Amino acid sequence: MTADLSAMSFEEAMAELEKVVTQLEKGDVALEQSIALYERGAALKAHCAEKLRQAEEKVELIRAQEGRAVGTTPAEGL
Amino acid sequence: MDLFEDPVPQGNAPEFTVSELSGAVKRVIEGEFGLVRVRGEIGRVSRPASGHLYFDLKDDRAVLAAICWKGQAGRLSVRPEEGLEVVATGRLTTFPGQSKYQMIVEDMAPAGAGALMAMLEKRRQALAAEGLFDEGRKKPIPWLPEVIGVVTSPSGAVIRDILHRLRDRFPRHVLIWPVAVQGEKCAPEVAAAIRGFNAIAPGGPIPRPDLLIVARGGGSLEDLWGFNEEIVVRAAAESRIPLISAVGHETDTTLIDYAADRRAPTPTAAAEMAVPVRLELQATVDAQAARLSRAVAQGVTQRSQRVRDLSRALPRLDTLTSAASQRLDLWTGRLGGALGLAAAAKRTGFERVAGRLRSEMLLALAMQKRQKLDNETRILGAARDRRIAQERRSFDILSSRLAPALARLIGDADRRAREGRARLDGLAARLEATPKQRLKTFADRLEALDRTRQTLGYRETLARGYAVVRGDGHVVTTKAGAESAQLLEIEFRDGRLSLGTKPGKKGGKAPDGQGSLF
Repeated sequence: MTADLSAMSFEEAMAELEKVVTQLEKGDVALEQSIALYERGAALKAHCAEKLRQAEEKVELIRAQEGRAVGTTPAEGL
Repeated sequence: MDLFEDPVPQGNAPEFTVSELSGAVKRVIEGEFGLVRVRGEIGRVSRPASGHLYFDLKDDRAVLAAICWKGQAGRLSVRPEEGLEVVATGRLTTFPGQSKYQMIVEDMAPAGAGALMAMLEKRRQALAAEGLFDEGRKKPIPWLPEVIGVVTSPSGAVIRDILHRLRDRFPRHVLIWPVAVQGEKCAPEVAAAIRGFNAIAPGGPIPRPDLLIVARGGGSLEDLWGFNEEIVVRAAAESRIPLISAVGHETDTTLIDYAADRRAPTPTAAAEMAVPVRLELQATVDAQAARLSRAVAQGVTQRSQRVRDLSRALPRLDTLTSAASQRLDLWTGRLGGALGLAAAAKRTGFERVAGRLRSEMLLALAMQKRQKLDNETRILGAARDRRIAQERRSFDILSSRLAPALARLIGDADRRAREGRARLDGLAARLEATPKQRLKTFADRLEALDRTRQTLGYRETLARGYAVVRGDGHVVTTKAGAESAQLLEIEFRDGRLSLGTKPGKKGGKAPDGQGSLF
């Protein structure tokens, strides 16, 4: 419930968001708690949305020396 | 030698040096076998550092040395392996330095698909027996990998297909490890790439992939052969990063497919397995957010509705008090009037009584009461004196009768005490005599009874010559009873006679010899 958001994967955040929503929809939480839940849910949603927004393509070619990756070169035109 | 230096007949045969002869042979062989196709099984293979490839081609009777020069070796469609039956194309030549002839191989193909398939199956079984393909080794594919490593050729349709599909679904950071996807170099490069990706440390300058895709487009069995090589299969099986294989078309199965955590039918399908669809996730997140807001709003609405409902049920304060206040007003109004009326009514009653009250009336009443009192006092005094005289007379009479009555009572008591004592003495004498007499009677009867008993008892019959037989303490009346008894005892008039020995203990074992007595 109080896990640090920034360290959370999209999947974890999404799973918790679903849990929060289900809990709220059941309608048997106290008003105070429902507000806390809503705030947590909103933060989780923002985190998920940010993760989705961040999805950017980046394609690189590995430069290898004797079987070890020593660097990358941006791949062009693929 | 000098003695025999005479010219010997040599005919027309020309004389060659070794080199001349070797050269001649070389020319003949190269001229005659400039292009040959040879079918045979590959024997010993050696790959020295020079890059040339030396191997034997053989059948059941002969062996042919074969060489594939470095430049050709990389282009062979099949990697020469011991045991593989091939058709090699090339030319024959000689190696004069070793008096050797050999074949320079330009191209080589497996001798029919059957030969390759048989070899593949044998290898698959060997690797499966090692457990490299076990289901228990399979790792789950991450749901949303951040970095995807792709082992494939950087040029060609395969990487484009993968990137295109990733772009559509969920753009990711993709690291391509370029490798040859066919030919001699394919297998070592693919294996090195898989190991290389696994060797990337987390948190380093090059991000470590969360997922690997090993991909290649469709091709012939020989084209895909590199993905059947043991080093590739082992590298895939050992990969700690989950690995999807996507080699060839759906119908092509290579050994890396068995070792991979998942097998995709095509490179595009591998991309689909690798990431979810971002737009769908976006929609899911939005839907969750909407549900969140709705749930909270609904919670608030429901609560305010409840508050309204409850407050409606709550009566208004003034309605609670108005009735009482009205009654108060009513009674307050009536209170003033009622007091006046009540006072007036009392006053009227008082005045009526007060009017009848006169002092003469009171005096007459007092006189009347006094007269009555004097009368009654007089009557009362006379009656009292009469009553006292009467009581005194009764007392005197009773006192005179008291003394003679007392003397009579005492005399009576004396006489009754004497009579009682006389009776007591008589009873005591009888009490002493009675038990003695009764004991005598009982003794007489007992004696008589005993006599009777003796005449009836068996002892008297003993005197007449009868005897009683007992077996183990009980009276025996039958022969069978006597036979089964351990110890027999006969009672005569003057005592008992035992037959047989007594058992040591009750229920103990009977001596064997005892049976003879019976």
